[in-house]
Amino acid sequence: MMPEQINVQTDKTPRNGGGISRMVRECRPFIWGAKVCRAYGLQGRSITVAIPYLWMLLLFMAPFLIVLKVSFSEIRIAIPPYAPLFQFIDNSYIQITLQLKNYAMLFKDALYVNSYLSSLKIATISTIVTLAIGYPIAYAMARAPKTWRLTLLMLVILPFWTSFLIRVYAWIAILKPEGFLNMVLIWAGVIDKPLIILHTDWAVYIGIVYSYLPFMILPLYANLEKMDFSLLEAASDLGCPPGKTFWKITFPLSMPGVIAGCFLVFIPAVGEFVIPDLLGGSSTLMIGKTLWTEFFSNRDWPLSSAVAVVLLLLLVVPIVWFQRYQARRNIVDVV
Amino acid sequence: MKKFTTFNKLSIILGFSFLYIPIILLVIYSFNESRLVTVWAGFSTKWYGELLQNQGIVGAAVITLKVAFLASTLATILGTMAGFAMARFGHFRGRTLFNGMIYAPLVMPEVITGLSLLLMFVAISFNRGMWTITLAHTTFAMCYVAVVIQSRLTSFDRSIEEAAMDLGCTPLKTFFVITLPIIMPAVVSGWLLSFTLSLDDLVIASFTTGPGATTLPMKIYSMVRLGVTPEINAVSTIMVGLVASGVVVASFLHKRSEARIAKAEVMAGNAP
Amino acid sequence: MGGEVTKSRKVWAPWNEADAKPFVRIENVTKKFGSFTAIDNVTLDIYEREFFSLLGPSGCGKTTLLRMLAGFETPTSGRVIIDGEDMSTVPPHKRPVNMMFQSYALFPHMTVEQNIAFGLKQDRMAKDEITERVGKMLKLVRMEKMAKRKPDQLSGGQKQRVALARSLAKKPKILLLDEPLGALDKKLREETQFELVNIQETLGITFVIVTHDQEEAMTVSSRIAVMDHGYVAQIASPGEIYEYPNSRQVAEFIGDVNIIEGQITEIRSDSATIKIKGTDVPVETGRSVNATADEWVWVAIRPEKMIISLDAPKNGSINCIAGKVMDIGYLGKLSVYHVRMEDGQIIIVTQTNRMRETERTITWDDLVHVSWSPDAAVVLLS
Repeated sequence: MMPEQINVQTDKTPRNGGGISRMVRECRPFIWGAKVCRAYGLQGRSITVAIPYLWMLLLFMAPFLIVLKVSFSEIRIAIPPYAPLFQFIDNSYIQITLQLKNYAMLFKDALYVNSYLSSLKIATISTIVTLAIGYPIAYAMARAPKTWRLTLLMLVILPFWTSFLIRVYAWIAILKPEGFLNMVLIWAGVIDKPLIILHTDWAVYIGIVYSYLPFMILPLYANLEKMDFSLLEAASDLGCPPGKTFWKITFPLSMPGVIAGCFLVFIPAVGEFVIPDLLGGSSTLMIGKTLWTEFFSNRDWPLSSAVAVVLLLLLVVPIVWFQRYQARRNIVDVV
Repeated sequence: MKKFTTFNKLSIILGFSFLYIPIILLVIYSFNESRLVTVWAGFSTKWYGELLQNQGIVGAAVITLKVAFLASTLATILGTMAGFAMARFGHFRGRTLFNGMIYAPLVMPEVITGLSLLLMFVAISFNRGMWTITLAHTTFAMCYVAVVIQSRLTSFDRSIEEAAMDLGCTPLKTFFVITLPIIMPAVVSGWLLSFTLSLDDLVIASFTTGPGATTLPMKIYSMVRLGVTPEINAVSTIMVGLVASGVVVASFLHKRSEARIAKAEVMAGNAP
Repeated sequence: MGGEVTKSRKVWAPWNEADAKPFVRIENVTKKFGSFTAIDNVTLDIYEREFFSLLGPSGCGKTTLLRMLAGFETPTSGRVIIDGEDMSTVPPHKRPVNMMFQSYALFPHMTVEQNIAFGLKQDRMAKDEITERVGKMLKLVRMEKMAKRKPDQLSGGQKQRVALARSLAKKPKILLLDEPLGALDKKLREETQFELVNIQETLGITFVIVTHDQEEAMTVSSRIAVMDHGYVAQIASPGEIYEYPNSRQVAEFIGDVNIIEGQITEIRSDSATIKIKGTDVPVETGRSVNATADEWVWVAIRPEKMIISLDAPKNGSINCIAGKVMDIGYLGKLSVYHVRMEDGQIIIVTQTNRMRETERTITWDDLVHVSWSPDAAVVLLS
């Protein structure tokens, strides 16, 4: 009897202990998670895609669809301040109220049409000016002695890392009637009474050109730096004068950089809010600012959603174009 | 390419003056004794002292750093996964949509991103505050990280990963033991990029914030609307200084590691 | 057709023994990438201790086949059997096979030592055992002094040695080598070829190598599989491939060859007679041909097996073509003659320069006779 009892006990104890310790081992979240996933037919690969995919669907795609939905609904004084699109009537019909009113408003009210047009105008002019300023800088950097290039490149990138808001703010102190610019100009005797620049479209142009200059220089530099400068020597060897060489050889070859730079400036400039708000005046119309005002001051969520949808439609063509070039990739690479 | 020509020298000098004079003026006037920004009344650090007394600014700075830290860490994890998927998985179902969703936020006007996220948080009655800002920042920052990681991985010799698996390492372990250590510099720069993007953002944060969560850019913005003050210059100087020294240190470390490699190459007797 | 080369001497050749069991068996394997067929119904056997080459131009499917052995690609259909086990769907990290990559694929963040130890650590081998094995491997490839270096501190040849040591450390059943010498310069490559053979013989591991360099394949292999467009054109020992190619394509891929079209006039048990197209010149071959009379075939003759002379050779009625010297290339140890036949085809003949160049008698525009022995001609049906 005795040996048997002992036998039973010794037999049982380790089995229990083994079972628990095995459970503990297998319950390590990592293995457990992997097992659950495998049970659902998911492998490491699928999970790697699924998590960011779901995140983007939830926090990028869904919000955008909601904007689309809200843009078709009616404003109301409540929380949230818009009427639902779908309503159940007698639990059997779904009533869908699609309000095109908001979109009609955008075309009826000159404020919106003018905002869109003026945004496009300001963005276009700023882009051209940025290109005109950025190109010589990028060109000079690309032709600088090798030891200098990295330092210069870092100096272009540095403002890109510093706060956008702060860089815009810095211009207020410069452009004010009693600011540095006027101080210098009066001191130099160029003018005798201060220029009014702040709170005009001029200040907006300056702000955009200044803020987006690095975005123009970086892709241009990346392109020009790779260019084989013996091509220019070949051109001059064949009798082409330097000025003509630039327009016949250098500029056409740098076209990918030019396009990338222009889109990197143009697209964000169209939807810009901070610059027109801080540097522009009350007469400066830009769509980003209009949307902001509509949303925060007038609390008209449906209308501002409609503004957003139309703005996006306006940008779809250049954005699709831009995707092909994927120029921001260059920027990110350089950074 | 030996020397600067006069024209090139001139464009560089003018170009970089344009880029840097505003920032330099801003920094100088943060040390101005006078409250009037344009009148120099002697050197002083009193505005920095006053800054520390300003509970609003200090509080906003704390929130901003918290948000930036959380968002950039999350964005780095998610973005690395997304970048890995884009670079390594070839064609999978829904790939086009995935690519579109990763690239779109890079070019989307911030007002639209902000508005759409807010409308969604309202639609699902999510309590707005620090967390919603963090989620919003994670979303757009992870796209930048994904692009950085993807471009790093495309130039990554895939047979290194295959070699590890060939030697008996499971795919998951291979990622952590081989791939991750090698792409670490890209991961770190993705994190830094996310951190500064989050630190910098005004528009998206303004839309997605809730009661009690004011970030530093929002605080600065509301102060700027009331006028130019030396305190703002002081905050700005601190932010610029931090970022500048960060970038300089990073590039210094990078250069040093490059120098080490160069030295090693000389030792190995196969310098170029 | 094999026999002769190996029968005469007692050579190790398991592929000729009926009862030898193949170590690796690739069975009706097809691999498709979308609509592109990379491997088209390939069947081949590799025996233990073989040094087996997959030779072919780039894009012929040789690397895909190697990657299938390693487990990086799974066959669309067919089976890969290694040492009696079906490995078709086994992932790379569970296969008893190691690979040396074309780019070497050394882990840049690990030292030479750590690189070599990596595979052993995956097997949870005891620490002192790892140290011992790593030491042996370093000694094998003569890299003991470089143990603490990182890959970017090594030269190309040193990297190649580390990669070899790393893939050998686990004592795999088969070592797969993807263009192992491709990145080395010519001189180093030639030295390393012999070293590879020595290592293979010392360790007794089966080597499967992928290469596009026919000289390399000829030097190192026990057998070569010539591949093209996803199928295997011929599998045989280097000598056999060179002397008895089974198609025009193999003949042209390995070395230089003259290919002349002709029609069979007579087939005997140990020889055949062929009439060269457009002439009455009869060609006699030293082997019988598996074809019917009047069939059109191709006769392949290597340039170095031909003799060029100003006078007609003694038995000039067979295996002799008359022509005019169009070009002479002096290559030092050899001279290359381009001789135009009556119908316009150019025949290339090489002769060893036993005499000084100044004493060379044949010159441009000379009318010459090009002749060869019956053994030199190979009849190709495709």
